[in-house]
Amino acid sequence: MSGLRYVYAVCRPFGAALQAQLTGVAGDPPRLLAHGDLVAVVSRVPEADFGEEALRAHLEDLDWLAGTARAHQQVIDALTAVTTPLPLRLATVFRDDSGVRTMMERREDAFRRTLDRLEGRVEWGVKVFVEAEPERPAAAEPAPRPVTGRDYLRRRREQSRAGEDLWTRAEGFATGLHSTLSSLADDARLHAPQNPRLSGAAGRNVLNAAYLVRRDASEEFVERVDRTKDDAPGIRVELTGPWAAYSFAGDAAGEEEAGAGS
Amino acid sequence: MTTPSRLPDPYGQGQSANLADILERVLDKGVVIAGDIKINLLDIELLTIKLRLVVASVDKAKEMGIDWWESDPALSSRARHDELTRENAELRERLRELDPGRVPKEAS
Repeated sequence: MSGLRYVYAVCRPFGAALQAQLTGVAGDPPRLLAHGDLVAVVSRVPEADFGEEALRAHLEDLDWLAGTARAHQQVIDALTAVTTPLPLRLATVFRDDSGVRTMMERREDAFRRTLDRLEGRVEWGVKVFVEAEPERPAAAEPAPRPVTGRDYLRRRREQSRAGEDLWTRAEGFATGLHSTLSSLADDARLHAPQNPRLSGAAGRNVLNAAYLVRRDASEEFVERVDRTKDDAPGIRVELTGPWAAYSFAGDAAGEEEAGAGS
Repeated sequence: MTTPSRLPDPYGQGQSANLADILERVLDKGVVIAGDIKINLLDIELLTIKLRLVVASVDKAKEMGIDWWESDPALSSRARHDELTRENAELRERLRELDPGRVPKEAS
């Protein structure tokens, strides 16, 4: 068979079928490549786009990258609906099936350990934003125009104090929320805040966290997040998920390195 | 075998998922395995950082007509190519001025 092999994830064999119309990163439907008691989810990709040179160029092409990232995520998403996948990083590519098998052979212990740890769990993303401007009761009661310079300065001082209060409150809110949600989760990771101007999200991102949550505890987790949403004026909570356990899958490499060192 | 139990409906996911959220995961997280096709992971990391700074939402940016990264050599291979072509022409021009009518040779 011609073409390279793009690997999305490794998982345990599962009975359910994947969505029929699911396409991979280059249009080829993903299929399962079994090796021992593990399966790799693989699709064929053209060397013209995924060879070393081409890939390097493509990765800097934002349209290509965005399309490929979404296609990758769609496959992982479909897998998450039927099993617990161990997602690999974008653009993990092998020459042929036997290259994929060799890789699985070498890492099967680490894969199994990580899959056991993630089994029956999903990832939820929670972000907390501080709205740019604290809410003012301006509509209800229009503030009188400042008459004197001193008036103006006093008003400015009050506004900046209100801003500081909001920040202090946001910090306390985020810390509290993180600790509450962590208690409902098996594991948690804090990620770098997303850039406010460009994520398209309004306000400043003060908490960007991922939580590893059991499927059967997810409903409670989501309800808990929902309940906090109206608690704090000027502060916004955003929930995303369920994701495959991307943020908690990375340890497989670390485990292998640790194993190789001993 | 996994039997997924009932999950709450997806939040901010699927087709409408924020590209920043997706890239954060598929580029930055997940199991890192060196495949047969070598990609310099540093490149991806740098790219992620740049993306984080530049285009957390490409769609949004494009919608707003922001496309300046396309002409930034650090972010676009096409722009880098243009930049090289320009630099090449400039160097050739200067060589001609320094040494007209002769092909420059390495001193030995």
